[in-house]
Amino acid sequence: MSLDSLYQESILDHCKNPRNYGAIDGPKVAIHQENPSCGDQIDLQLVLDDAELIQDIKFTGHGCAISQASASMMTLAVTGKTRNEARSAVQTFRAMITKGEALTDDLEELEALQGVRKFPVRVKCAMLAWNALESLLNG
Amino acid sequence: MLSTIRNYRADFPILDQMVNGKPLVYLDNAATSQKPVAVLDTLETYYRTYNANVHRGIHTLSEQATNAYEEARAKIARFINAAAPAEVIYTRNTSESINLVAHGWANRFLKAGDVVLLSEMEHHSNLVPWQMLQKRIGIELRFVSVTDAGLLDLSDLDGLLAGVKLVSLMHVSNVLGTINPIAHISEAAHAVGAIMLVDGAQSVPNMPVDVQTLGADFFAFSGHKMCAPTGIGVLWGRADLLEAMDPFMGGGDMISEVFLDHSTYADPPHKFEAGTPSIAQAIGLGAAVDYLSAIGMARIESYERELTALALDRLASIDGLRIHGPQTERGGAISFTVAGIHPHDLSTILDQEGVAIRAGSHCAQPLMRRLGVPMTARASLYFYNVPDEIDVLIGALHKAQEVFGYVT
Repeated sequence: MSLDSLYQESILDHCKNPRNYGAIDGPKVAIHQENPSCGDQIDLQLVLDDAELIQDIKFTGHGCAISQASASMMTLAVTGKTRNEARSAVQTFRAMITKGEALTDDLEELEALQGVRKFPVRVKCAMLAWNALESLLNG
Repeated sequence: MLSTIRNYRADFPILDQMVNGKPLVYLDNAATSQKPVAVLDTLETYYRTYNANVHRGIHTLSEQATNAYEEARAKIARFINAAAPAEVIYTRNTSESINLVAHGWANRFLKAGDVVLLSEMEHHSNLVPWQMLQKRIGIELRFVSVTDAGLLDLSDLDGLLAGVKLVSLMHVSNVLGTINPIAHISEAAHAVGAIMLVDGAQSVPNMPVDVQTLGADFFAFSGHKMCAPTGIGVLWGRADLLEAMDPFMGGGDMISEVFLDHSTYADPPHKFEAGTPSIAQAIGLGAAVDYLSAIGMARIESYERELTALALDRLASIDGLRIHGPQTERGGAISFTVAGIHPHDLSTILDQEGVAIRAGSHCAQPLMRRLGVPMTARASLYFYNVPDEIDVLIGALHKAQEVFGYVT
């Protein structure tokens, strides 16, 4: 277990400069989720177009570097995906974080988060945004 | 400096181990303390040689167990200067002790509209039981606010106490380290006829406590923060209050006579100890009291003050680190935040350096809101910590800043 594997440069970059941070103007679907045990919070909003493509996705929140970076990276990874593709991305990411399974090529940027698997108490931090996305897509 | 106490680390076998390849530096003592050999041996001897139920059997082991269980009560009574062992009620922990007062005393003697005075710095265990009682019987809750310096704002104590029937405050803050002026508040509370309950979870382990000088009417604390096992705590109460109080739970051992349709209750303390109690744990608490008394609580207090001052001084040298709480006249729980690094990330990085701290809201969410932070990191010291460990903590905090790209 090395810290470098957990706090990779790209994670720290996403934490300090989160992408797609903010709120969407106009019609959208939105959800608020938190991890009660650690207080991490996320507000996630997205716009699906008529073809069920994720056209826009934004988040705000506060929490540890892992939860914030994971949310930021997620927004990049699922923009332009269909509802079903995004659902399957959530499952792939969850399998990577909890079971160490391989990522599909379209999600390779998320490899930076694979070190989290070695810190079991931090898995819920990385999953917060993804669980929120899943609820939103299923809702 | 720091020469007034011998090094007690050898008494705590758990401290001698590697964590993540580094020597363990245990700085989470406000959450729970480690246990000395003297306590571990007492537990083992009990289970190996005289394990039996108390107050029941007319046989040798039961008598031995009962004697040890009641001797521990007498030791605890002397330790806090209770008037009699019967004023010491065994509970599971501080939370249960406070709930016992809420159910047994307040539920019976308070009525709708009566005011209970608490503070913004209280642990959830001294907030939630009163909110529950508020729902049940309609009492009013009032709160002493916390100043920017981390002290209770007592500038209008008389105003705060108007109409108050019960004051319940922590003696020492588990977050800020603040030592509250309990004796002063008790005197003012008694002047308006209020009862004074003190949460001593963070004071009894770290300083001499005399419930008489404090002017407390009830005093609650936990064993596990003072070298004893988990599962044993204490509610001390003045004999007349305990006598008048309702029992909390019904069952065996708390009764005098039982009929099918009614019962009469035992006298305190047994009236409040339904069912088979935590026998080994109570005897273990007695052993912890012996252990701490042999060192001397005044020496423990002065050593911890010096070590805390050293830690505060060193922490202040870290850029971007902010301490939440008073600088002096304080206990060894030190809460801090580091700019740009979330407390959970700090805690993970420190853990990789072998340093155990707590990160979170410390069961004090209202206080976190008052401080304007979602949570803090907390290093809490005990008498077995040494100056070298402060150096390791400081080094690990620098490491965290390096990981996060803050050049120090």
